[in-house]
This record gives sequence, structure tokens and C-alpha cells, in this order.
Amino acid sequence: MSNAVAHAQQGHGHAHAAHHPELRHHFDTMPQQKEAAVLGMWVFLLTEILFFGGLFVAYILYRTWYFDAFAEASRSIAIFWGALNTAVLILSSLTMALAVRSAQTNKRNALVGWLIITMILGAVFLGVKVIEYKEKFEHHHVPGASFVWAHEGAEGGAEAQTEANAAAGEHRQLSMTPDELQRTTQIFFSLYFTMTGLHALHMIVGIVLMTVITIMAYRGKFDAEYYTPVEMSGLYWHFVDIVWIFLFPLLYLVERHT
Amino acid sequence: MLDKLKLPETHYLNNGHGLASWLLTKDHKRIAIMYLISISVMFFLGGLFAVGIRLELATPQGDFVSADMYNKFFTMHGVIMVFFFLIPSIPAVLGNFLVPPMIGAKDLAFPRINLLSLYIYWIGGVFTLYALATGGIDTGWTFYTPYSATGSNTNVVPVALGVFIAGFSSILTGLNFIVTIHRMRAPGMTWFRMPLFVWAHYATSLIQVLGTPVVAITIVMLFVERAFGFAIFDPQRGGDPVLFQHLFWFYSHPAVYIMIVPALGVMSELISTFSRKTIFGYSFVAFSSLAIAVFGFIVWAHHMFVAGISTYSAMVFSFLSFSVAIPSAVKVFNWSATLYKGAITFETPMLYAYGFMGLFLIGGLTGLFLATLGMDVHLHDTYFVVAHFHYIMVGGAIMGYMGGLHFWWPKMTGRMYSEFMSRIAAILVFVGFNLTFFPQFIVGYLGMPRRYHAYPDEFQVLNVMSSAGASVLGLGYLLPVIYLLWSLKRGAVAGPNPWGASGLEWQMASPPPTENFAEVPIVDSEPYEYEHVVAGEKHLV
Repeated sequence: MSNAVAHAQQGHGHAHAAHHPELRHHFDTMPQQKEAAVLGMWVFLLTEILFFGGLFVAYILYRTWYFDAFAEASRSIAIFWGALNTAVLILSSLTMALAVRSAQTNKRNALVGWLIITMILGAVFLGVKVIEYKEKFEHHHVPGASFVWAHEGAEGGAEAQTEANAAAGEHRQLSMTPDELQRTTQIFFSLYFTMTGLHALHMIVGIVLMTVITIMAYRGKFDAEYYTPVEMSGLYWHFVDIVWIFLFPLLYLVERHT
Repeated sequence: MLDKLKLPETHYLNNGHGLASWLLTKDHKRIAIMYLISISVMFFLGGLFAVGIRLELATPQGDFVSADMYNKFFTMHGVIMVFFFLIPSIPAVLGNFLVPPMIGAKDLAFPRINLLSLYIYWIGGVFTLYALATGGIDTGWTFYTPYSATGSNTNVVPVALGVFIAGFSSILTGLNFIVTIHRMRAPGMTWFRMPLFVWAHYATSLIQVLGTPVVAITIVMLFVERAFGFAIFDPQRGGDPVLFQHLFWFYSHPAVYIMIVPALGVMSELISTFSRKTIFGYSFVAFSSLAIAVFGFIVWAHHMFVAGISTYSAMVFSFLSFSVAIPSAVKVFNWSATLYKGAITFETPMLYAYGFMGLFLIGGLTGLFLATLGMDVHLHDTYFVVAHFHYIMVGGAIMGYMGGLHFWWPKMTGRMYSEFMSRIAAILVFVGFNLTFFPQFIVGYLGMPRRYHAYPDEFQVLNVMSSAGASVLGLGYLLPVIYLLWSLKRGAVAGPNPWGASGLEWQMASPPPTENFAEVPIVDSEPYEYEHVVAGEKHLV
């Protein structure tokens, strides 16, 4: 058995004089090992697309059925925080790409630096998310028994809402009664919390992942020949960013033009 | 060579001793053995619930267990058998063991992820067993809302989490196979030289990777609704329970193909080996696996014909469901053509293969009844459906699994089991299976609904037949435990290639060394060429 490793290279023509220390025993060459990792990561991201896909299907269905509720509920989310977070995430994608570039060019300090900046940007995103969630809790916009949908601009409770609605409201004629809005806006907020919550969970996983990668990078584990973990974390990070790029318009900008 | 077959001195089983050498192994073969033990435990646990079901149904009155307890019995039977036995069965045991050597690789592409998938399976199993120990679940294995979200006061959340977690085990196995098959093939092992077993696993892996995340997110949505009071499927707040059914079946119909396609791959190996002939129409058989995987994703709504979906979409789904019969029939016809003028012998694996062909045929053709819109209205939720999917899942998938296990057992352990005992068991399984499930076609057609613990008196004869058959079937499943365990110590030494089969895996020693091959094999011949096989002497008890 022990000699099997040593002779594994026969018949390939790729045999190097010395193995890279990160070459696992069951691979023949570094490129083969890297190709396997890259393919595996893309397949994993494919599963992630289908994972979020179920939520997007539910979103499409209910947005079609209850468009007014989605438009109304969407207006209650602070566009400022969402836009800020979009910018933060796009910036973090840039710093992540720069981290991968630093690994490719053997710049260890730059690699560690860009990774740390990326993590800080991720933490900023999560901090903003906490502010937004807190606001939702305070407004009773978390679906469930304590959920209260108060029409914006109609602060006087349910009776006043009905009047406001009868008077065509501030924005547009609503086809739904306040009671219907009370029920169906919960669907919007259920999707809002599930989608952004799962996205935030993916951000947290990404930051944990990147902490490990940063320590490895600091210890000089990576060089131009072997930086697969950095690249894999980068692919993951970009994917999580892209999910947000879809979530932002779908949740924050349902009907903001009026 | 004839009289002195000996086990190799070192092999994967004795390379390292103690519990840690197993629990921390990255060897795909050891992981396969641990999966084998785990799913066998689950199989007999799920079987216990089947015993309970058949005991209750032996009499028309609900006299053995209460209606509530009966609901828990069939739910736990379904959950355990589907998610913890059938889905991992062939891929995680036989696939894990055989895909790398069949393509001349030393291991799967990601050995640590392979071990991780086993641990994830165990964690999912622990959740489910916890739910079982603390009162069980009564929603049916389909977890339909709104009952599962707000109605049932049983352990829905732990079971749903268990299924959610076990799903990732399935995803990781599929991901590992896809990358391994793409990137780890030995020199000369082109796509069209791969054994059909590997093609079947490639197709299965695609379904696992593309389907499982959807049921995962569906369970998340069910979870937030049940645990936090969110509104996603809740009809009182405008949610749509039928959306749950769509999302659930988007995975769970293809999941049927996760169970059956690997068995189809096993079948191709068995039929070719025991008729000593190249498989007829290799590329058709290979592509029909992929076709089943693709078609499998666009037929899910045939489970929902009476759930209030539109007539037009029902017509489309009915038509597409019929089309699955085409690649399935391609396989059966090609196997028949392979058998034609072959040098057929009737070893135990081949008995299972024959059983499979007959039962899969009946299971497949009765599927066409259910895909027919008008017929389905009559048969929906009757015992006809129960009989149909047991013909596919038990008659198909488990027959394939048992055939494969008997076929590769000498490779996995280095020893032969009792040929006499195993033939008896194979025949018992076939007879018992038909006695159990054929009467259910009739009783279902006559109108007996599924999921009730009592039924009108006139159905008793057929139900007693079914219960009697179940005990024969149970015996047929218990016997292998005895003679397979016996073979570990006392079985005759098998040698590398006891069946005279053609695949690369038969060039390894039995049991194989940890590295599989001392040198990376170079493949220079087509698959299933028996003239190249150095006749390993058949060595039967």
C-alpha cells in the first residue's frame, strides 16, 4: 500500500520531481486537484441557487396574487439602509477579488489585508441588518400573532385606516381592504425575513470561513501555485453578494415610483 | 490458483484497527461499510413499522392500534424508508465503494466531504429517532400543509429537521460523485468506457444535487411557519398549500429516480456479467439514465391531479409522465436483448436481476395507469398507488440493492456467502413481495383508500394475503443478515474475480487494498469485453 503513493504518477507524463505539500495523495497533479475543487464549488453553488430558488418561486406567486400588499409592505422598508448595504456588499466583492489577485501574485500581506477588509464590510452589512430587523420588531412587522399592519400615513389605528383607504389613501387606490392587507402583508414579511435571514446566515458562514482563510494566509499557507481555498471562498462570497443583488430590488423596490 | 485462494495480507479492512480508525477514515470503502451498517439498522427499524401496519390490517376492525397510532406507524415507516434507507441505499453503499475503482481512481475527489456526509446522515438520523422516541409524527411522509404547519401536535419540527439535515448528506454524496466522474478517471477511461453503473450514478447525482436543495428550502418554509408563526402556506392568511405540494414534489418525484436509477445501473452490470455478453446498445442504456433524470424533473404535478391544479397543466404533466416510460422501456428492452443468446447462469445476484425485471415492469406499467387523468381520479390515494410505488421502490430499488450487495459482497469482504441459502432468500423475497403487494392493486382498484386503520369486511381476504406475504418477505430479508454475517468468518475465500466479470473493480484484490490500485490502471479496452477477462475461477459454496 505504501508504495502505491510513490508510483501513482506512472504513465501520466506529469510527474514532478517534488510534490507540492498541499497535493493530496489521491490526485496526480496540482491542476487536477484544483480543477476538482473548482468544479465541486460550482456544483455547490448550483445547489445554493436551487435552495434560494424555492423562495423566489414563492415570491413570484404571491407577488402576482397580492401585488398591492407587496407594494404597500415594501414601502415600509427603509430604502436608505438597503441601498447602503448594496453598496457595502458590492465593495466587499471588489476587495475579495483583490484578495484573490494578491494570492495569485504571492503578496501575502496584501492578501491578509484585503481579506480583513472584506470581513469588516461583511460585518457592517450584518450590523445594518440588525438595525433594520430591530425597526421591524418595534413596528410589529414580524409576522405572527403580534403582527399589526398599519397603513403608512394613517396613524389613527384600524378605523382611521379604513377611512384613509376609502379616501383613496396617499399613494394610490388600493384594491384590498385593511383586513386583507393585515393578512397578506404577513406573507410579504414572512418572505422578507426568511430570504434576508437565510442570506444573513450565509454571510455569517462566509465570515467564519474567511476568518479561517485569513489565519491560513497569515501563516503563509498560500502561494501562487496553491491558493484554492482563497479562490473558493471568493466564489462563495460573490455568490452571496449576487443573491443580495436580487433581494434588494425584489424586497425594497416593489413599487417605489409613485 | 484453483485450490489455494487466499485473502491478501493487508487490505482496507485490516489497515488500521480500533474505532478511531473507522470514525476518522477518509477511505471511501470504509465509509461505504459504515453506511451499509447504518442503513441496515434503519431498514429494519422502518420494517418494524411495516409489521405494525400489516398486523393492524389483518382484520377489518381497528383493533391492534388506535387510529392516531396507526397514522404514526405509516408516517414513520415512510420517513425512515424513504429518507434514511432508500435514498442513501445504493449510492452511499455500493456507489461509494465502487465508483472510484470502476473508473480507476484511488478515492472520491473529496474524501473528507465523503466522511462529512456520513456524519450529517447520522445527525439527521438522531433528530428523527429523537422524534420517534418522544411520540413520533403523524403527518404522512409528505408533510402536507396546513396540517403539518398548524394542525398536527406531533413532533413535526424534529422530523422535518432530520430530513432537512439528511438531505445535505445526499447532496454531498452526489456532488462528490459528479466531480469524481469528471476529474478522476484513469487514463484511457473515456466517458463511453465507463461501466453503466457509473453512468447511472452520474445521472442520480444530478438529481440529488438539483432536487434536494428544493425540498430543503421547502422544509425551511414549513419550519418558519410552524415554529415562528410566519405565513407562507397558511391559507387563513392568503398562503397556498398547493404551493407546498408543488415544491415538495419537485424534489420528491425525482427522489423516486434517486432510488431506482442506481438500481438500473446495478441491473446492467448483473445482466451483462451473468449472460457473459456485452451489454446491448451501451450508449442507449447510458443516455436513458440521463433521460430519466431529466424527464424526472418535469412530471411532479402528476401527484396533484386531484389537488385543484388547472386542467391544462394536468394534461401537460400527464403527457410528460407518460414519456418517462420511454427511457425506462429502453433499458428493459436492451437488457432483454443482452440476455438473448447469452450464456446465462442463475447465481443469486442474477435471481434478483430477474426479479427486478418482472417487478419493475409491473411497477412501471401501473405508473401509466396513474399518469392517466381520468384513471387517476379513481385510483388516487387508494391502495393501487401504494402497490404501484412499492413495486418500484421495493420490487425495483431494493431488489437492485440486494442483487448488487450479493454481487459485490465477495469484493467488499473477500468471502463468499452460502449460495444455497442466498438463492432461497432471493426466491422468498420474490414470492413474498408479490403476495404482499399484488393484492393491494386489486383492493385499491376496488376502492380501499390508503392511510386508514380500518376497512370494510369484504376487503379482508386480500388484506390477509398481503399480511401473509409480508411475513414471507420479512423472512427473505432476515435470512441474508444471517448468512452474510456468517460468511465474514466462515465463507470460502472468493478471490479477485469470482463471477468472471469485466469491470476494473474486479482487478483489485478482494478485499481491495486501501489505495485500490498499486498503479493507476491504464484502460485500453471497451466496457463489457469478456474475452479480455482472465477467467477468475468461480468459487462457489
